[in-house]
Amino acid sequence: MVGPALVLLIAIYLYPLARLILLSLTGGAGGGLGFDAYHRFLESSVYLAVLLRTFRISLMVTVVCLVAAYPVSYVLTRVGAVALRIIMVLVLLPLWTSILVRTYAWMVLLQANGVLNNLLRRLHVIDEPLRLMYNETGVVIGMAQVLLPFAILPIYASLRNIDPRLPAAAQVMGAGPWRRFRSVTLPLSLPGVAAAGLLVFVQALGFFITPALLGGSRVITLAMVIETQVVDLLDWSLASAVAMVLLVVTVVLVIGFDRLLGLDKVWV
Amino acid sequence: MSRSAVTLVGVSKAYGRTVALNNVSLDVAEGEFVTLLGPSGSGKTTTLMLIAGFERPTSGEILIRGESVVAQPPEKRDIGMVFQSYALFPHMTVFDNVAFPLRTRRLAGSEVTRRAGQSLEAVRMSGLDGRYPRQLSGGQQQRIALARALVYRPSLLLMDEPLGALDKKLREEMQGELKSLQRELGITTLYVTHDQQEALALSDRIAIVNGGDLVQVGAPLELYERPATDFVAGFLGDVNLVDGVVVEIAGGSGRIRITEGLDVSTPEGPALAVGKRVRLTIRPERLEITATEPAGPNGWRGRVREVAFYGELVRYGVDVAPGVVLKVSRPFRGQETLFVAGQEIWLASRPHDWRLFA
Repeated sequence: MVGPALVLLIAIYLYPLARLILLSLTGGAGGGLGFDAYHRFLESSVYLAVLLRTFRISLMVTVVCLVAAYPVSYVLTRVGAVALRIIMVLVLLPLWTSILVRTYAWMVLLQANGVLNNLLRRLHVIDEPLRLMYNETGVVIGMAQVLLPFAILPIYASLRNIDPRLPAAAQVMGAGPWRRFRSVTLPLSLPGVAAAGLLVFVQALGFFITPALLGGSRVITLAMVIETQVVDLLDWSLASAVAMVLLVVTVVLVIGFDRLLGLDKVWV
Repeated sequence: MSRSAVTLVGVSKAYGRTVALNNVSLDVAEGEFVTLLGPSGSGKTTTLMLIAGFERPTSGEILIRGESVVAQPPEKRDIGMVFQSYALFPHMTVFDNVAFPLRTRRLAGSEVTRRAGQSLEAVRMSGLDGRYPRQLSGGQQQRIALARALVYRPSLLLMDEPLGALDKKLREEMQGELKSLQRELGITTLYVTHDQQEALALSDRIAIVNGGDLVQVGAPLELYERPATDFVAGFLGDVNLVDGVVVEIAGGSGRIRITEGLDVSTPEGPALAVGKRVRLTIRPERLEITATEPAGPNGWRGRVREVAFYGELVRYGVDVAPGVVLKVSRPFRGQETLFVAGQEIWLASRPHDWRLFA
């Protein structure tokens, strides 16, 4: 019974991956296989800056997502069945909306002459429009909103899995609400937080549309580099090399997570 | 005269239409060990949750040390609690678990160490400080849970079927330790279980609950010998249950017909009125089983249906009449011959060993 699944896996996953690896090893002077493309990528200060920037943005997005998601997940564990369903729909609905549409929506909201700035100026909170687009701020905001459900769900799952008798036992022993949260609930929800962090970070690394549109040409991420190489510069071996670097980083993170916490924690 | 530690006055709890507790009143004296005994869903755990403060009564009053606790959240009630699932914090070591309530009360570090150590010693769990709960056996976890509940010297200890997850031998061992620890500390204890043997072994008094009602409260001996209802008689210990009709009342005793040819002589009592249907019970150990016809009242012929050897006693199932099978138990003192299945024997019983219920 493994047969057909294996064939499918090889056909749509392993084969193209092998082709990509091969592609990344070509293009060197002399026409043979070599790490030429990798050299060009990792020895270029420009490209390394992009790598670091991509990591930095992904990290910021992860932090924002975790901080924003935790309260939402916590509330989800405390509300009644009806409210739970409503909030869940609100959390999941964006996932079913086109990312392009959502990104454009953020542009409408964040641009200098956009909804948010106009509102704040009308209320006389600010005089000059806030610079929320074509910079890292806008990119982080847009990406965080898109990836938020991926943070909310694992954290919610891990909170829900906590045996309710544990905080109850703490309560009987004299622990008030804050002590219960700090000493029992929060530590026990950390695997879920870590899983959420992994999911968000790994996806953020590879983001293209949102940084491209909200960052303009000022914020370049790895995915955008790949796009440029593929479409404009036609340097496919470099593009493949960059893609492989991204893949390797992701695999290392996932393996690290598995070693520390166990991959089963992602689905809690 | 000891002051009342916990008092329930007409406490009821309903969840929508379902009545979990119906007008329960109970007084627990200082230092007393009271067990709430009953089948699943009888309301005993609900009672515990109400006293702990996790639920609020629909009506009635709950007093701890004479003061109404209706406004107090659980963390302010100075109660120790042990759960069936132990509820040890999995992310903390044994020591941190036991130290938790002391640290919550902001005791000095040295004091915390000293008292936590004492508590662990009291339950014979010293030396496991650095272990995590998942590394311990069920019995060990239960002791840690107990140490944690007692370390801050609460005025009341609540236990919700704490030994339920342990095997029989360990359970009996823990029962003994629990009882002596409670005696030593003199802490008022409210214990919930469905195991009647456990209740009999541990309690100063037993409160039997069924379907949300408090059926009877009393010392184990009293409940065993003078059950208020046939439910109590059947729940506490083993019992034979038969129905009959009163046929005669004369000379200070009553005669009740169970079936044709099977009459029981019982003491006179308020339940007796000629023609009335009554329910009778007798404990298996109060039935005498002999090979020859006995003297005295209530001598019946019977045939052994089955024999079960339990080491310290022998249990017989005896046919005395069509449709009437009585359980007889007899201590085993090395008598070489046990009765065998199919054997014809005689049963005898004293009139006052029978209980009557309307």
